[in-house]
Amino acid sequence: MESKSAKGWLYLLPAILFLGAFLVYPLIDVFVYSFEEGYNSASQTFFGTGLYNYSYILHDPYFLQAVRNTFILVIVTVPLSTLIALGISYGLSSIKALRELYQTVFFLPYVTNTLAVGLVFMILFQKTAYTDGLVNLVLGLFGITPVDFITGPYWAKMFVLCFYTVWVVLPFKILILTSALASVSEDYYNAARIDGTRPFRIFRKITLPMISPMLFYLIITGFIGAFKAYSDVVALFGTNLNAAEMNTIVGYVYDMLYGDSGGYPSYASAAAIVLFAIVLTITCINLLISKKHVYYGR
Amino acid sequence: MKVVLQNLTKIFPGRGRGSHETVAVSDLNFEIPDGELIALLGPSGCGKSTTLNLISGLQKPTDGKIFFGDDDVTDLPPENRGVGLVFQNYALYPHLSVMDNIIFPLGNLRGKEKMTKSEMKQKAHEIAKLVQIDELMDRKPGELSGGQQQRVAIARALVKMPRVLLLDEPLSNLDARLRLQTREEIKRIQRETGITTVFVTHDQDEAMSISDRIIVMREGVTQQIGGPQEVYDDPANLFVANFLGTPPINVFSASVRGGRLYIGDNDVLGIKNIPDKEVWAAIRPEGFVLDENGPLECGFGSVEVMGRDISVVSENPNAVKPTVRSIISSENRVDRSQKTVRFSLKPKKVFIFDKNTEERLRFETE
Repeated sequence: MESKSAKGWLYLLPAILFLGAFLVYPLIDVFVYSFEEGYNSASQTFFGTGLYNYSYILHDPYFLQAVRNTFILVIVTVPLSTLIALGISYGLSSIKALRELYQTVFFLPYVTNTLAVGLVFMILFQKTAYTDGLVNLVLGLFGITPVDFITGPYWAKMFVLCFYTVWVVLPFKILILTSALASVSEDYYNAARIDGTRPFRIFRKITLPMISPMLFYLIITGFIGAFKAYSDVVALFGTNLNAAEMNTIVGYVYDMLYGDSGGYPSYASAAAIVLFAIVLTITCINLLISKKHVYYGR
Repeated sequence: MKVVLQNLTKIFPGRGRGSHETVAVSDLNFEIPDGELIALLGPSGCGKSTTLNLISGLQKPTDGKIFFGDDDVTDLPPENRGVGLVFQNYALYPHLSVMDNIIFPLGNLRGKEKMTKSEMKQKAHEIAKLVQIDELMDRKPGELSGGQQQRVAIARALVKMPRVLLLDEPLSNLDARLRLQTREEIKRIQRETGITTVFVTHDQDEAMSISDRIIVMREGVTQQIGGPQEVYDDPANLFVANFLGTPPINVFSASVRGGRLYIGDNDVLGIKNIPDKEVWAAIRPEGFVLDENGPLECGFGSVEVMGRDISVVSENPNAVKPTVRSIISSENRVDRSQKTVRFSLKPKKVFIFDKNTEERLRFETE
């Protein structure tokens, strides 16, 4: 028994070493930095310890802006993208003709580069001196005055960001949900049909509980992904995000480390820890809710 | 409720290039009297499950009609037919408790029939008592044994008091001991409710033991309809004779010459009204009688003791299978050192079939 478990640990050793060196150690390190005032990574020195870093970022309007942006993004895009994906997957599983074609079409954004998609969105939505852009052209048909979605008002920029995020995360969700729907045995539907169950009740009482583990997985990863949004924002609005009022928490961390106003690893660490705390809390709440509503078999 | 199938045909179109259409059910005609328990019996792929699906309405027939009583239900969707269906794998909703599974069909009722939650629960308890699972109401299906799941499935199918109850291979997922017990149970439940019941099986034992009537099917075509004993004692063709009975019937290549049945050179039986020709002679295992002077000679193989009976395994060059299995009373003493064994035959256990059509040729003994 002893030697068996020793052997087991030996096999795990490489993974533990790498995880420890590149995951656990940095995590602890970031936590430590966040309490060290004015830490300098070159000279490895700091002035003192305390909560000053947290106090600073919590009073920094750019950070508060980033938190607000991130929360809006999360609250809008996670439910919306999951619902849309569920609708599309349900539609896909109910049709026979052209299903594979549609599946491919819906999956294409997943294999397309974020920055490339961002560029396309910019072209579609931007209003320049030379052109109003395609979206504004269409809006113009309905008599709506053109808006610059990329450098214009805050709500317009936020709209594009949410639109873009939903668009980018949809394919993966559709993929997962289509296979989840396909794995529900036809017998359950037949049994329900024999009993004269109406389609909506079948969906709510049978389909939804059966795919709930996958749905829940998508919601959790969706929350985490949206809280960590950064590259999407850069793809749309460039790197000077504070000026564009479109920064996110991860963007703020990056700026504090490497941006033009950067060089403050202590502030960056504090912001990262705040993000970590938010994500952890939300995930715990999710897990608590799921215990009641997610069916894992048995 | 009487169930009538008229010229029922189901053809599945071929899929893809070069594939042929499949005739799953071909021109099926039968009538199930009210309150009877009927077995659809046949090997896999014989169309029995398709027939069940046609009765339930899950599949639409290509041709023909289905009546429940005097109502033509051919074009009715399943929910308007008033059928209960128990699936082979039970199809219990795994995320719902036993109670919620049983009341699920009641939740679909609308208008005048709509029930309150407490009415539903009371109804569910009544049915649960009938199938004897009323102590398991709060469990999830995954926490139940196969036999208990089976009962829950039956309860769910019965709770709406269907006009017709359909069971698809109800016992195939149970172990042997539970199978015996459950088939008694199905019989009892059917008796108590009096609901016309059709069940599909490939197990002839099962069909014989509980059904009032057996419909034997092969490749979508009815072979014979009759009571269990009738189908066994009076098979319509070689297929039916072969399919029913354990151990299976012994088939010999034989000939009729001048009113006598010959297996090889052995003149085994005198028969009237079959003209001279080559035939199949099929003899039930219990149709053999050990007899030193008997007409049928076989090479002695071995003896298997089964308690009440013994089984004598012997060989005959004219038999279709390599061994001939006979069952005789254990009061007989068999000399195990002998090279050959001789039998005389019970005429009622001997069936003769046409060599080409495999249809039964009836004869009278002298």
